[in-house]
Amino acid sequence: MAEKKLMKGNEALAEGAVRAGCRFFAGYPITPQNEIPEYMSWRQPQVGGAFVQAESEVSAINMVYGAAATGTRCMTSSSSPGMSLKQEGISYCAGADLPIFIGNIMRGGPGLGNIAGSQGDYWQATRGGGHGDYRTFVMAPASVTEMGNFPHKCYEVAFKYRIPSMILADGIIGQMMEPVEFTTPEIDPAALPVPEWAIGVNKNRAKRVVKSYDLREGCLEVLVNERAKRYRQIEASEVLYEEKMLDDAEIAIVAYGISARVSVAAMKLAREKGLKAGLFRPITLWPFPKARLAELSNRIKKFLVVEVSLGQLVEDVQLSSCGRADVHLYARPGGAIMTADEVCRAVENIVKKGAKEYATAK
Amino acid sequence: MQLQNKRPESLLDVKMHYCPGCGHGTVHRLIAEAMDELGIRTRTIGVGPVGCTVFADAYFNCDMIQGAHGRGPAEATGIKRVKPETIVFSYQGDGDLASIGMAEIVHTAIRSENITVIFVNNAIYGMTGGQMAPTTLIGQRATTCPDGRTAKQAGYPIKMCELLATIDGATYLERTTVHNVPGVVKTKTAIRKAFQNQIDGKGFSMVEILSMCPTNWGTRLDNPSEAVKFVAEGMLPVFPLGVYKDAGAAKGGL
Repeated sequence: MAEKKLMKGNEALAEGAVRAGCRFFAGYPITPQNEIPEYMSWRQPQVGGAFVQAESEVSAINMVYGAAATGTRCMTSSSSPGMSLKQEGISYCAGADLPIFIGNIMRGGPGLGNIAGSQGDYWQATRGGGHGDYRTFVMAPASVTEMGNFPHKCYEVAFKYRIPSMILADGIIGQMMEPVEFTTPEIDPAALPVPEWAIGVNKNRAKRVVKSYDLREGCLEVLVNERAKRYRQIEASEVLYEEKMLDDAEIAIVAYGISARVSVAAMKLAREKGLKAGLFRPITLWPFPKARLAELSNRIKKFLVVEVSLGQLVEDVQLSSCGRADVHLYARPGGAIMTADEVCRAVENIVKKGAKEYATAK
Repeated sequence: MQLQNKRPESLLDVKMHYCPGCGHGTVHRLIAEAMDELGIRTRTIGVGPVGCTVFADAYFNCDMIQGAHGRGPAEATGIKRVKPETIVFSYQGDGDLASIGMAEIVHTAIRSENITVIFVNNAIYGMTGGQMAPTTLIGQRATTCPDGRTAKQAGYPIKMCELLATIDGATYLERTTVHNVPGVVKTKTAIRKAFQNQIDGKGFSMVEILSMCPTNWGTRLDNPSEAVKFVAEGMLPVFPLGVYKDAGAAKGGL
């Protein structure tokens, strides 16, 4: 068994990225993700990588765009307002088919919002965020150990399919401390093959170009369609989720990240009260586990979506269940978090009192 | 008959899209000649901008990346930090470098990134059709200042070499021109020096090159000879040529 270390979520994410082969980090200070650039500022030089504190999030993501074009495993991180600034660069990376890794430690919004945890960037992360038709592989850790181990999968998928990847966490997961066990293998990037598209020293080969444009008539469409094929492969092969006590469940709570942790406690409280509640936790937010939710909606007729945003995840659950089940929502806007008691009461209202409408936040 | 001046190996034999009388083609050739002479073609990575030079990746015979508008210096930073053995240049116009990319160029100079920046200043947005640039002269007409730029409405043209010269991290800054033969010769020397500095690990170098845009300078200047005159009589007084900083000797190498 691997050694357990007490770490903050943000530190575990940074260390997890390094262990997954990250050798370039560029970022800009913003709360509540500051531990990531702080950790990388000493850790990257230690492993022969490079760290740059950029002048802005815009610049940071473009440094990553440049570094990624050389085939280097690289990373940037930020929190919600900073992620808005990075969208241009993420779109360019998607358009240039570059594998990059991004950490978004969400905080309350919109605007400057506050610095407490939130899940308000779900749409931004899963719908593309920047301009154009593209997708980002998005994973949602619910523990510090997952913060440490998910970067491995993000790089694997990003490099296999040549797309941007992202960890979507929140201020609570980022700031809390837990024992971490790194279970994913440590990657030595020097031992990895240099991708056939990477720019660099070009002796004895044809020149290579990394770009996101094609102005010739009909050519951009071919590129975008080819990329869409990879998106479909990802949807078919890379979906991850977790299920708890769904076998006999009358109601399934659907939640990811921090709200999934609260929901586990709520589910236990509900079970103590004799309510048959279970939990469905999407681990990949894109690709969304829609096929599995569709399957479950044939049997389970009540879903309660719990999210720290005002009804973003719920739309994916509605689309997946396609009218076969009642989909309820318990939502708190970013900057505040629901308690297990609140969620348990929502479960009770739906199951016992037959509430038809969305359960409302207090 | 023997061809005396061959096409540089670093410049591909493809048809360029630049307008007649435009300076970009000349600047491309000078960069390519410098790459050939310094023997760096096979380890050079060029960063193309958004603007008229967006297709530069098709012209240079080296690895290229096409960047986002104004972000070239950031992309060049990322490349150079992970592949220090490469020679990285960012090619930018005035809208790209001095307007939308002002933060990137300034901070890349502050960090003294060991890269080479080729900045072509033609005082106009060319690709988008002749809008006012940050370097458009007072009184100069553009599609977004049809009666000529006024300081009251749009402020003053930015002088990048002068601005960057205040930054400790900037190693070498020179403004040259390609509107006449002596200017072209001097530009070549400056570009070579800007690459040599990078080879020697001396940090941030930028050559600002005044250039012509006969197509977008308005109807009175729509022929190349008139455009050349505009550089000489209009631009040179506002953007004086010369070396604005040369701290290479003091900086030493990496």
